[in-house]
Amino acid sequence: MEKKYKILNIDETGYKTQFSETFEKRKTWQRPNEKKLYSFIPGTIQDVFVKKGSIVEKGDELLILEAMKMRNKIKSPINGTIKKILVEENEIIPKNYLIIEFE
Amino acid sequence: MSLKEKTLDLLKMREKAQSGGGEKAIKKQQSLGKLTARQRIVALLDKDTFQEYDLFIRHDAKDFNMENKDLAGDGVLTGTGKIMGKPVCIFAQDFTVAGGSLGIMHARKITKIMDHAIKMRVPLIGINDSGGARVQEGVNSLAGYGEIFYRNTKASGVIPQISVILGPCAGGAVYSPALTDFVFVVEDISKMFITGPQIIKTVLGEEISMEELGGAKTHTQLTGNAHFYAETELECFEQIKELITYIPWNNTKKAMPFKARPPKPKYDIGNIVPDDPKEPYDVRHVIKAISDESKFFEVQADWAKNIVIGFSRIEGETVGYVANQPDYMAGVLDVDSSDKAARFIRYCDAFNIPLITLVDLPGYLPGVDQEHAGVIRHGAKILYAYSEATVPKLTLTLRKAYGGGYIAMNSRHLGADFVFAWPNAEIAVMGPEGAANLIFRKEIAEANDPEKMRQEKMDEYKQKFANPYIAAGKGYIDAVIEPRETRKFLKHALEVSKDKCSPKVERKHGIPPF
Repeated sequence: MEKKYKILNIDETGYKTQFSETFEKRKTWQRPNEKKLYSFIPGTIQDVFVKKGSIVEKGDELLILEAMKMRNKIKSPINGTIKKILVEENEIIPKNYLIIEFE
Repeated sequence: MSLKEKTLDLLKMREKAQSGGGEKAIKKQQSLGKLTARQRIVALLDKDTFQEYDLFIRHDAKDFNMENKDLAGDGVLTGTGKIMGKPVCIFAQDFTVAGGSLGIMHARKITKIMDHAIKMRVPLIGINDSGGARVQEGVNSLAGYGEIFYRNTKASGVIPQISVILGPCAGGAVYSPALTDFVFVVEDISKMFITGPQIIKTVLGEEISMEELGGAKTHTQLTGNAHFYAETELECFEQIKELITYIPWNNTKKAMPFKARPPKPKYDIGNIVPDDPKEPYDVRHVIKAISDESKFFEVQADWAKNIVIGFSRIEGETVGYVANQPDYMAGVLDVDSSDKAARFIRYCDAFNIPLITLVDLPGYLPGVDQEHAGVIRHGAKILYAYSEATVPKLTLTLRKAYGGGYIAMNSRHLGADFVFAWPNAEIAVMGPEGAANLIFRKEIAEANDPEKMRQEKMDEYKQKFANPYIAAGKGYIDAVIEPRETRKFLKHALEVSKDKCSPKVERKHGIPPF
């Protein structure tokens, strides 16, 4: 197989070498946005306790996400007002899916 | 009945039991491109050396209609045999009998042969081909697995344990191979995963094929769970036989001695490493230039390719290599390469195999993904493994050895017995470019021509520090040697270290950064 060489920069020196697949596919790190709440696991939405405009405190239960035989309580990460709820009851969602947006 | 008649009866019963799940099941196994358990044992062991035990084991399960099921050998063959004329203990799960599923008697057959292997101090070879726990036997199946894992751990570092995955190996079952020393996989036949594609789809909605999830390529290239890849079962058995020639029979013995043979002249050791430290080359050529017959048996060749591990021989004696690979990711140390090297170092240390470390790396791989993946605690594994190893440890610096990389790659400070360096070795805190920019930052900024000043300072740093003589001046390097003297120096160091004895510190065990 043909070798494909690129330049890898370590301590301001560029080394000619082959890259690994995981290195090529790596994602640039992005600072997490505390106003966006994502699902931590794939599952089914059950019992949504808030609606648009609800004012919540950190730790308040927002909804139940059923996954891995558990009814997981999704709690609010911040004190704030609900801007948008992007899911419905009984909806099946994947991991890292945007569930709720805060103002 | 006379003895003669009873003997004929025995032979009839034996023949029936040895036919496993019967013609139909055997045909199905073969249609999947798989050999039967019995064929595998015969192909792997020396001719006519397989002695089978527990052929007439019977399960005593009664639930779920099990009472009416007569399972030959309870789905597994166990016994002793010989490879290369030396005894081994072996088990091979029989997929033609109840899908090779594991019930308590099946497990007891395996634990019995494992106990033999540990007692008699001979290698244990396990051929896995099973649908998993026999659900009808409930918690007894789980008990069976637990008893197997416990013995895998007790045997670890005492006898070589080899796992061959020649079929599905799913759920709890897959932890046994994970606890053994070497895992062999075959394309299209090996399948290893904790939860299969069906469950993943139902519970998490993710779609993936069995091959992509846990096939041979996945485990040799992505996860690092497997060590050797083969295209066919027969190729796999040849690999096992070759591995056996390099490793000792148990932890009190040394590996088979072979006749000393010189390396092949086509590997010209003086012409492999480029002068420019930024240019790549394949470090395996250096290993081949040093080794008997230029033979190198690489382990985990397709995973964490930025570090190379494997066995070869010098003057007929087995040695283990750990070498940075500049041809891949500049030979940096990172999460996976640290794991790969650390485990191999522990293996060689447990089995009296001297370690030769070849150094050429610019340091650790920077990046948020590395840091958040725990490169700190993974990187610490290699430091721990080298420091604790008491086998003869030889190090040769081929070219770059910067910063943390210099320390981690079996430096004198981690207990290396003999440390050599080639004349082009650069043992420094970092490379000239980075160093010049850091140390002479002020001078460069204040210069009339910053670029010219930067180049001057780089050359100054290169002259003063990018060489092996400062380290040699402090005794951190034992000798600066010519490339063509390498084999001579290594051979002599190995001879001198033959009876190396390290005092043992009284403690139950350390706490490696798992």
